[in-house]
Amino acid sequence: MDFNLFSSANFQWVFFGSLLLGFANGVIGSFVLLKKQSLISDAMAHAALPGVCLMFIIFEIKSIPLFLIGATITSLIATHFIQSIVKHSRIKTDAAIGIIISVFFGFGIVLLTYIQQNSSGNQAGLDSFIFGQAASLVRSDVQLITIGSLILVIVTTLFFKEFKISIFDPQFARGIGLPVSFFNGLLLALVVGAVVIGIQMVGVVLIAALLITPPLAAKYWTEKLGMMALLAGIFGAISGVSGAVLSSVINDLPTGPMIVLCASVIFFFSLLFGSKKGMAVKVVRQL
Amino acid sequence: MIALSVNNLTVTYDKQPALENVSFAVPEGSLTGIIGPNGAGKSTLIKSILQLLPTLSGSVEVFDEPYKKQKKIIGYVPQRSEVDWDFPTNALDVVLMGRYRHIGWFKRANKKEIEWGKTCLAKVGMADYANRQISQLSGGQQQRVFLARALAQDARIYFMDEPFAGVDAATEKAIIQLMKDWKSEGKTVLVVHHDLQTVEDYFDHVLLLNKTPIQYGETQKVFTLSNLERAYGGKIAFLDKSPVVPQGAE
Amino acid sequence: MTYTLWIILTGSLVGLTCGVTGSLLVLRKMSMIADAISHTVLLGIVGAFFVSQSLNGLPMLIGAGVVGILTAFFVESLHSSGVQSDAAIGVVFTSLFALGVVLISFIGDQVHLDTKHALMGEITFVPWNTLQINGVNYGPIAVWMLGIVLILNLFLIWIFYKEIKISTFDPQYAKLIGVPVVFVHYLLMTMVSLSTVASFDSVGAILVVAMLIVPGATAYLLTDRFFPLLLLSGGIGILSALIGYGFAAYWNVSVSGSMASASGVLFLFAFLFSPKHGVIVRKIKNKQYAS
Repeated sequence: MDFNLFSSANFQWVFFGSLLLGFANGVIGSFVLLKKQSLISDAMAHAALPGVCLMFIIFEIKSIPLFLIGATITSLIATHFIQSIVKHSRIKTDAAIGIIISVFFGFGIVLLTYIQQNSSGNQAGLDSFIFGQAASLVRSDVQLITIGSLILVIVTTLFFKEFKISIFDPQFARGIGLPVSFFNGLLLALVVGAVVIGIQMVGVVLIAALLITPPLAAKYWTEKLGMMALLAGIFGAISGVSGAVLSSVINDLPTGPMIVLCASVIFFFSLLFGSKKGMAVKVVRQL
Repeated sequence: MIALSVNNLTVTYDKQPALENVSFAVPEGSLTGIIGPNGAGKSTLIKSILQLLPTLSGSVEVFDEPYKKQKKIIGYVPQRSEVDWDFPTNALDVVLMGRYRHIGWFKRANKKEIEWGKTCLAKVGMADYANRQISQLSGGQQQRVFLARALAQDARIYFMDEPFAGVDAATEKAIIQLMKDWKSEGKTVLVVHHDLQTVEDYFDHVLLLNKTPIQYGETQKVFTLSNLERAYGGKIAFLDKSPVVPQGAE
Repeated sequence: MTYTLWIILTGSLVGLTCGVTGSLLVLRKMSMIADAISHTVLLGIVGAFFVSQSLNGLPMLIGAGVVGILTAFFVESLHSSGVQSDAAIGVVFTSLFALGVVLISFIGDQVHLDTKHALMGEITFVPWNTLQINGVNYGPIAVWMLGIVLILNLFLIWIFYKEIKISTFDPQYAKLIGVPVVFVHYLLMTMVSLSTVASFDSVGAILVVAMLIVPGATAYLLTDRFFPLLLLSGGIGILSALIGYGFAAYWNVSVSGSMASASGVLFLFAFLFSPKHGVIVRKIKNKQYAS
């Protein structure tokens, strides 16, 4: 184990990056959960893979900003496809999500193997987009994650009450003159943002868990949305940091799954001991 | 003879009581309308009698035996909206589902069953639609397929959940005819019903419900303005036949 | 049989097994449960490895079956305790999948099981991994496993045909007339788990979802009848596998990824051009009505 790790400059960046990333995902995830779009966010995450690969094939350079643009485009296409499948056919939402997740991801894998076959060695690191690898992050990557997360948190905080009302009662929100579709679009953009900046660290396969699990855990402790979002943010931050640290300290542990496991542990603990709906509380009440 | 007796049935939904201490006894061969305002727990009552919903307490007896032992003689027409009509199957197939208990495990419907299924479809005026895909039927026709399925069950007690909701005249006629046939065969029928104007025409017994039973009995005795006011909390207005409750009586 | 033929046979068996089984899940609106189970089966495989110290067929099938049923059970329990169903699915499968992936890292290089394999399978290795009894070569293990699971699934669908049908169409009524809907539910979950693990070597845990859901959804756009839907779904599964393999062989890319992509293309065709439900066909019909 490398005890100098905690003092290295790069590590400090990883620390803050994973902390803010987890926090941003937790907060945004709270709204995603309320909108019942948890699995759609999973589809967006999986759909980011072909976007990243396409950018690499077209421009033949490993540039994180370009990858993010590619990922954003394919994620948005994926959500659009899900909506139009449901709208224009008898296929139900769950099947539509399943189709898009698996087909986009499958296409991403095709592109990934194409790159591995045909490019001249410069593709190192693309693999890490699947499960995330904190160790492979260079400083500029982590700075991007940190700044991106910060922006996401700020935007969400600024429009907190607008999101709240337009998710809870869109009719009423329209009635009082809120541009509900704008806020729906903005939330979508925030989710894409959270997914896209997170995939390097957590990977496309599991990033959605960071949006789903912390808010769900928070629900066992509070019934207020503000408190729930804050708690979800904190849970996300704890998961992000502990997962990133554990995977850097122990060799070969993939970062994404470690972060998700930490979030799962928090969820499991909340499920058992949460002060509002935890199982222990329910048992005590029944006695 | 008492066909169905419900004793102290209590059902909670998310800690809120949906039905409280419901008790009533239905005589054999009667046509009962279950009536009450929205959210009175009418559908909940049927579903908890049929054990499709968990109950907190209470018991249900059918012909003096616990419900569990009498499942074979129960027929059910659910609300049309409760299933996905895009399901890939045809009308006759749905009707034959009513025979699955008789057919038994591992076996397929034989010719006799199929003939019986067709007879049931013919009884509700759907003989020509046996091989039609259910997604291509109109709402009323779908309702009649459900009726034929219940008919195919050949039960002794029938439960129907808002069969008249959103159906055409032909279907309404078919339902009424079916209820009359059942009654003349000595079968017992319970129907969740919405339209107060037709209650007196359709049913010889009425259960007025608002979370707990307001009253149960023969229609002339139970279906009175004062009882209705108790069930509906005074917010009731008959359209033509019956006296109009003054506005602002609340 | 030649190497290529074995691969084509394996792929077709994956398409057929998953297509037929998965179409039932599409009808039951449980596609995302299939997605969840196909992920968590990884944990079952890893767990079976830790117990048996090998990657043999039988322990893997048992491990996958157990974890598959547990997944369905956890989702069900969370849902009935008040968690909305999509979030319940999300939290259960990501947790168990993450655990599986982390545990794989501890296996190290002892056997051929790594995260990449878990993701996309190695259908090109399938023909080498053969069943040997007393020195006699009986063909690839994957083909045997797929064949057994396929026959088992078809047998179960055959004997429980009307029970599966009614509990899918109208579960409340099914319960009323005494069909054990819970049993049917877990029976199907077991069938999905077994299909996934049998396909695992060839297409991996994530891309098997494409084979489970997409052919069924495509068939659902093409027919209005139950039995033809099952057949069609299996056929589309095979077709996806064949097209996918051809494409992959030509471009030298991932076979499983190509199979998933091919199934997506077939779905898109049905979505646009299905004689009954296709978007474009309906548009043309509407225009004819208008004129």
